[in-house]
Amino acid sequence: MGFLASAWPWRALAYLLSGVVFGAIAMVTLLTMALAGLVSLIVGVGAVLLLAVALSGILVTRIERRRLWLVDPDPAPDPHRAPERPGLRGWLDTRLREPATWRELSFTAVSMTALWWMDLLVLAFALGLPVLLMTSPVDDPGAWPWLVIGLCLLPAAPYTITAWAGARAALTRLILAPRDRELGRELTEVRASRARLVDAFDAERRRIERDLHDGAQQRLVSINVLLGLAGLDAEPGSPVARQLALAQGEVTLAVNELRELSRGVHPKALTDHGLAAAVDNLTTRSALPVTVDIRLPYRLPATVESTAYFVVAEALANATKHSRATRAEVHARLDADVLTLTVRDNGVGGADPAAGTGLVGLADRVAAAYGRLRISSPAGGPTLLRVELPCR
Amino acid sequence: MPLNIVLAEDSPLLRDGLVSVLTRFGHQVSAAVGDADALIAAAHEHDPDIVITDVRMPPGNADDGLRAAVALRGHRAGLPILVLSQYIEQSYATHLLDLGSESGIGYLLKDRVSAVTQFASAVEQVAAGATVMDPEVVRQLLRRRQDPLRRLTPREREVLSLMAEGRSNAEIARDLYVTEAAVNKHVSSILQKLDLRLDGHGHRRVLAVLTYLRA
Repeated sequence: MGFLASAWPWRALAYLLSGVVFGAIAMVTLLTMALAGLVSLIVGVGAVLLLAVALSGILVTRIERRRLWLVDPDPAPDPHRAPERPGLRGWLDTRLREPATWRELSFTAVSMTALWWMDLLVLAFALGLPVLLMTSPVDDPGAWPWLVIGLCLLPAAPYTITAWAGARAALTRLILAPRDRELGRELTEVRASRARLVDAFDAERRRIERDLHDGAQQRLVSINVLLGLAGLDAEPGSPVARQLALAQGEVTLAVNELRELSRGVHPKALTDHGLAAAVDNLTTRSALPVTVDIRLPYRLPATVESTAYFVVAEALANATKHSRATRAEVHARLDADVLTLTVRDNGVGGADPAAGTGLVGLADRVAAAYGRLRISSPAGGPTLLRVELPCR
Repeated sequence: MPLNIVLAEDSPLLRDGLVSVLTRFGHQVSAAVGDADALIAAAHEHDPDIVITDVRMPPGNADDGLRAAVALRGHRAGLPILVLSQYIEQSYATHLLDLGSESGIGYLLKDRVSAVTQFASAVEQVAAGATVMDPEVVRQLLRRRQDPLRRLTPREREVLSLMAEGRSNAEIARDLYVTEAAVNKHVSSILQKLDLRLDGHGHRRVLAVLTYLRA
């Protein structure tokens, strides 16, 4: 009896009652507008009225979606997109060309001609009939058996009402909820903005690397050259010569540190010679022996190259740091405009995306480039990381 | 003998430094320019004994300097080229070594300029037709060919790196404080272990070793 004690029968009742009231008002209003529109079509005002009727579905279904809340806790999102241009013209343009608008108009037509009538019918059958039966002995005391029948029918009313309310809500949601296509557009927009963000970061990294290269690095090397020249003039073995040598050593360390730093920011070989060369350079600096097999017919888009490069860099860094691997392989091919990249090591496995931010960061980066990253790393190894990146 | 040098480096500060170092060692810098196009023009005008160029330079700020040098080499076969770079990238070294010509190739990190005496000597070696590779290039190549190199003793690996950098046996002996005879022994042992056949000396030997390491 939990159902009867819950709010649901009452909510269903409210849903149907408001449906009847709203349906009746809407039908009268729209019929009036349509008739007035047809009559005054010759004067021109009618066209505006008919246009309003055509677009009425937008308002009607907005209220229908609100009403849905009474019986359906899930929100029903608006299927419309934002107008492409501001102002009334822009709004009209967008709305008139959207399939959602016409789907809503047909829903309005069905709602006007059938749905609210059905609401009325269900209410009349479920509530009106028992009440009518129960009140009949008032006029005619001999009709008391009807009272009994009415009393028996009344407990069925909540079920009938709720069943129809549920069916009607499901129908409403089916027609009015946004299509996947319409949702997909929003997702595409979010993805595109994420991709733009990654592109902006890449551009920024390239700029920082260039600034370091043109600025601080050149200056330090120049200072070191000047120190070297000064060293030629200093008497060998003198305190000045020793100080100069010391200073040169320090500057050399600074130059090396700066070089490593700027290489991490954005490798120059990637810009100049592409993925294969950059990965080759990367592996010659890696402590782990790495076999590289990257064969690509042409240079890939910059985003794909840098995404792939950072995947390899991170994967090799992980393999070196955590996996106790003694060998790794990097393999890349372009097939049907998709770059497939695999990094495999013979380590102990157990790489867990949930544990470190490195793998999650990689997955995010790959996803922003519309790609896919998969990791197989059972405990005991080996670890295989596979990335697919579209290169349209 | 003073060398006639054409120099390209886009940072004015470092360009001046390079000119100072080269002049200090008695060489003649006929042109010191700041971009790849000017380099090509200057090299055509001055017919230098050696071209020294930075890899990354205007107008493209990619590897314009390297490409200009390669183009010059195509124009005048055997023109000695010394390339300076902020980074050691194997792709650049490969590019240079693939020029495949007879002589006169150098690839050094820019910082090596500050070891002025060694730098001046590297310039002279390249001008004389030798191959001078930055120790960093060699270090990376050695790391790459770890498997066959395991057969070498640590001393032999040391000798091999110096061979790849372009040192003669006499120089290697001096560097490692051993006799030249000892170096000769190491060298033939290396060649035997790696199954390398080297008949040439000097430049040819360097190229053969580098080719082996890159293979």
